[in-house]
Amino acid sequence: MAEKVIAGFTVNVTEEGYLTDKTQWNKEIAAEIAQELGIEELTNAHWNVIDFLQKDYAETGKLPTIRRMKKEGGISTKDLYDLFPEGPLVKAAKIAGLSKPASCV
Amino acid sequence: MKKLLILGAGTAGTMMANHLNKKLDLKEWSITIVDQEPQHYYQPGFLFIPFEIYSERDVVKEKKQFFPKSVEYIQAPIKLIEAEQNLVILQDNTRINYDLLIIATGCKIAPDEIDGLEDGWRKNIFDFYTFDGSVALRNKLREWEGGKMVLHLAEMPIKCPVAPLEFLFLADWFFNVKGIRKNVEITYVTPLSGAFTKPRASAVLGNLFETKNINIVPNFNVSHVEAEDNKLISLDGKEVEYDLLVTIPTNMGDQLIERSGLGDELNFVPTDKHTLQSKAYENIFVIGDATDIPASKAGSVAHFEAEILTENILSYIHGKPLEAHFDGHANCYIESGYNKAFLIDFNYDVEPVEGTFPLPGVGPFSLLKETTINHWGKMAFRHIYWYMLLKGIPIPTVPPHMKTSGKKL
Repeated sequence: MAEKVIAGFTVNVTEEGYLTDKTQWNKEIAAEIAQELGIEELTNAHWNVIDFLQKDYAETGKLPTIRRMKKEGGISTKDLYDLFPEGPLVKAAKIAGLSKPASCV
Repeated sequence: MKKLLILGAGTAGTMMANHLNKKLDLKEWSITIVDQEPQHYYQPGFLFIPFEIYSERDVVKEKKQFFPKSVEYIQAPIKLIEAEQNLVILQDNTRINYDLLIIATGCKIAPDEIDGLEDGWRKNIFDFYTFDGSVALRNKLREWEGGKMVLHLAEMPIKCPVAPLEFLFLADWFFNVKGIRKNVEITYVTPLSGAFTKPRASAVLGNLFETKNINIVPNFNVSHVEAEDNKLISLDGKEVEYDLLVTIPTNMGDQLIERSGLGDELNFVPTDKHTLQSKAYENIFVIGDATDIPASKAGSVAHFEAEILTENILSYIHGKPLEAHFDGHANCYIESGYNKAFLIDFNYDVEPVEGTFPLPGVGPFSLLKETTINHWGKMAFRHIYWYMLLKGIPIPTVPPHMKTSGKKL
């Protein structure tokens, strides 16, 4: 665990820069993390994904799968890859201030 | 007489039948357990069958020998759970009314979820998450002379998240011993960001892939398989070629859950991660692989959950608050080949770290460290499973909550 200044806010992050305290997240932080990940601007379509991730995480206590984002969130997989290229779930989760998609080791 | 009904007689359901038979007042409660399969499989043993460490007979026993005499066992498929009416209907239309229901229907691989997989199924595409699959793969490996072996993980969550790693390490060992390792290219294809995702485990285990000469393709979310050309295709158009594909398809809860309208998009039942009570019905509890809780889908988790759930069911019956809380505790061996293994012990909040288990400072097992004793622990565990665990006999010095003593936190 470490501290990092993102968009002028001091926040607690993991070694890989994922926020560890959801209450410290805000939209400016999201925008700066997005830029670090090569996403210049967060559009409404990006926010739609981020909002769904946060809402679903609050309800279920875990990150949704790509399948769930499609079925429950109505977010097509193609859109997801267009918005967050390469690893969509990894990038979107980081921007949303949530944990990294992980296994047990 | 009140009825406690358990659906599913795998690891979790069988343990619950044994625990509750001892704890419930049997003058007031009758216990029934339903399962369609007559055989109980020791599922951790499936991993060893392709590499001829175990044979079929090491992993199968008759289910009925694990139930107490006072528990009624019905071998039948289940048609529907009518939760609003506290009713379960079996395939033959037998109706069972319950006062309290435990869902322990597990999860299984769903190869249909990936287009094209069935075109090569059991020809040059195999699984090792089923009894038939691991036997078929063993038979294939007996004649296979080498080429590109790809181990593929479709999506999380899966039963036993460390099994893919164990499979890779054992494959490296197996082909070495067989003298054909130089002819085999081993590649791991995963939707995760790497083979290891937790910092402490990555730091210790991270170089294993390099030293064992195993390639990795991370961030690969599968779209479909082109079996004719022996290719895996990802959602963003990446391709991986294989000669032999060993796949871990999407894992899903039982279709009964979907039919009954009780599941999420993967047929897992929304469950309170601490009390193990269903989120939708207060007289339904859920245990083992059937839940949607963010714990590993593993036998050790079912084992620890069973002790917590037994307490909570007694509280529920007596109208008391559900005070026993499951902490997400899991304890898993990771076979690494050459008669060695790692051991990990973790929960919802604490990732796998170094230390000793089960006795703090003593062991005999070492956490997050490769030792021969860990391997023999895993080998001995099969007997503990059959003769203690399933019957609900507590394992000395291993309580359900994770110990923090003996760990480098």
